[in-house]
Amino acid sequence: MIFKHGILATLLAIALPAFAFPASSADNIDVKVGFIRAPHVRETLSILDIPAADDGIAGAGLAVEDNNTTGRFLGQTFAIEDVLLPPGGDPAAALTGLIQHGVSLVLADLPAAELLALSGAAKDKGVLIFNTSAPEDSLREENCRANVFHIAPSYSMLADGLAQYLVWKQWKRWFLIKGSHPEDELYAGALRHAAKKFGAKIVEELTYEDTGGGRRSDSGSVQTQRLIPVATQNAPAYDVLVAADESEVFASYLPFRTWDPRPVAGSAGLRPMSWDGSHEQWGAIQLQNRFMKLASRRMNARDNNAWVAMRMIGEAASRTGSNDPKVISGYLTGPDFAIAAFKGQKQTLRHWNQQLRQPILLGDGRMIVSVSPQEGFLHQTSELDTLGFDEPETKCQLQ
Amino acid sequence: MPIAINCREISRAISLAGSILALNALAFAMVSPAGAFTAYVSNEKGNSISIIDTGKMEVIKTVPAGHRPRGIALSQDGGELFICAGDDDLIQILDTKTLSITGTLPSGADPELLILSPDGKRLYISNENDNLVTAIDVATRKIVAEIPVGVEPEGMELSPDGKVLVNTSETTNMAHLIDIQSRKIFANVLVDARPRAAQYTPDGSELWVSSEVGGTVSVIDAADPKIKQKITFEVPGLSKEAIQPVGIRFTQDGKKAFVALGPANRVAVIDAATKKVEKYLLVGQRVWQLALTPDGKYLYTTNGVSNDVSVIDVASLKVLKSIPVGSFPWGVAIARQ
Repeated sequence: MIFKHGILATLLAIALPAFAFPASSADNIDVKVGFIRAPHVRETLSILDIPAADDGIAGAGLAVEDNNTTGRFLGQTFAIEDVLLPPGGDPAAALTGLIQHGVSLVLADLPAAELLALSGAAKDKGVLIFNTSAPEDSLREENCRANVFHIAPSYSMLADGLAQYLVWKQWKRWFLIKGSHPEDELYAGALRHAAKKFGAKIVEELTYEDTGGGRRSDSGSVQTQRLIPVATQNAPAYDVLVAADESEVFASYLPFRTWDPRPVAGSAGLRPMSWDGSHEQWGAIQLQNRFMKLASRRMNARDNNAWVAMRMIGEAASRTGSNDPKVISGYLTGPDFAIAAFKGQKQTLRHWNQQLRQPILLGDGRMIVSVSPQEGFLHQTSELDTLGFDEPETKCQLQ
Repeated sequence: MPIAINCREISRAISLAGSILALNALAFAMVSPAGAFTAYVSNEKGNSISIIDTGKMEVIKTVPAGHRPRGIALSQDGGELFICAGDDDLIQILDTKTLSITGTLPSGADPELLILSPDGKRLYISNENDNLVTAIDVATRKIVAEIPVGVEPEGMELSPDGKVLVNTSETTNMAHLIDIQSRKIFANVLVDARPRAAQYTPDGSELWVSSEVGGTVSVIDAADPKIKQKITFEVPGLSKEAIQPVGIRFTQDGKKAFVALGPANRVAVIDAATKKVEKYLLVGQRVWQLALTPDGKYLYTTNGVSNDVSVIDVASLKVLKSIPVGSFPWGVAIARQ
């Protein structure tokens, strides 16, 4: 709520000088965007990863400021209405409330099942949904929806981005260690698929059972130092340990503790990501600086996805002079759409499933090590389509 | 590029005289001196300025600069080089005779590019972090105006008559046309994603704006500020995403344009009248900024990733040489001396 007022105040402050500049378009428009989010898990292995209260939505807030700076030249204003669901809250009910307030564009930071429920509820209302966090491939494949745009990369895009680099490094023998939760298996599945696709081999696979209990204690490192070497011993010769731990159970314990001295990648060590607080190339430092000024913390992947989603809306509104979701959708899926999002090249939408094409950053949380697609992985239309399921193999039929 | 503006007049006279005297290009080339000018190249990661003797096509000296030097501009007489030291939030003044930093100017946060008024009295700077264009009085070293523009101001240009200041904003995706007298924006032109350089044709009739991410150059009618044409690029074997136009320069007769295509590692040569791309010249890696020698004969390109500068012969459209410079060359300006 406090956040919402903050945005409105900013909006007002920015809107005033707009009168100094004659708008070039005939009609002034207001673009009201909803943000529906579920609380994030606070049980992270590293305290550095505990999400802030404004995780995700702060990125959308920054893009609203950016859109309003542009908007004052065009007579357009942007605002955001935040709905933080209580645990188990119903996204469809939240949507009804937003629609009553005139919202027809919604950013969603929700788990896959809730996202699908939201999409279903929005279908007859002509509302567009922007997925800023759920990475499940099924949402882009068999469960794809015509009213959902995917800003967050899928598991397969992340896994392919990592695989290309590991193969480029000639680290082709992988020891895969995955968690025991369903989403860990989804990520592990994407990693297996990526290994096959790019010529790596999984020489050993192991499941790390989540036996419950707290994530940390005052002397936790003493135990993990003994636990991890044992868990990783007796493996056949391998080049890299690849972890699939979407549930924050063990991956961050792996680096420097494996039985054999090997690098770790995947959910810890070298991680494939759509964004990181350490990314500063291609002008990204400007976005990082603006975000730091606004949120007093570094921008993470969810913040960035929300920024990109809101900028896509801003871009569509400034190009079409409209806030009509039909017009916005038409522009985003049309041939003229491209967004500049500080990753070194234009980002466009895959027309077959409305996934944003994007480079994948590889980093350890302190530095960006590399950016995929890697040199030499070629594609007939866009090298970005070497990441994730491509058009000929898609199961998506948009409706 | 105030030097370029002045040179335009001179060059017009020269080229006119040249065409009257003789059309013998060979004779002209033999008669002309080697053209010993001085090129200054800012090295973004090297925190230095490489100084090139254009006669020898060699670096003759490297002088230290502030942190993250990018945009550079020469004073009218070539005696001073103004350097945007982005990470120091200031403009440094390099005395080009003594090669020492003689002073600094306030700039606002993170200055990236700058342009000097034709009379040398005002310096206009784009401030990436503040969504502002800052005007500085060079004599008093004071900020005299701050003009709010779009998100991430970048390219700066002045119309040949000195009346219009142009700024591009990278995330707003506009060219803002500012009336110098009133310091007010009078037109905003939406262009493709991430606009970088803006450049007037020598006759001032058109304003060309490059869009790095959009991959195009928008040609704007200066009299009625609207896009009248977009130039696109196609290089066989390269994906669309790799074509990222940045620097633009016109030959002094205004007949040809050069556009640096970033990670496509090429400079496009465009017929300024028909807007057709005639040729792609292979240069170093991630080519960004361009500058012509004052005689208009050579084009210098900064190639950020390969740490060098390519020299293009304007008449033959051949790449003559790569000159190794400092780390991540960014801006380039060339003086008569």
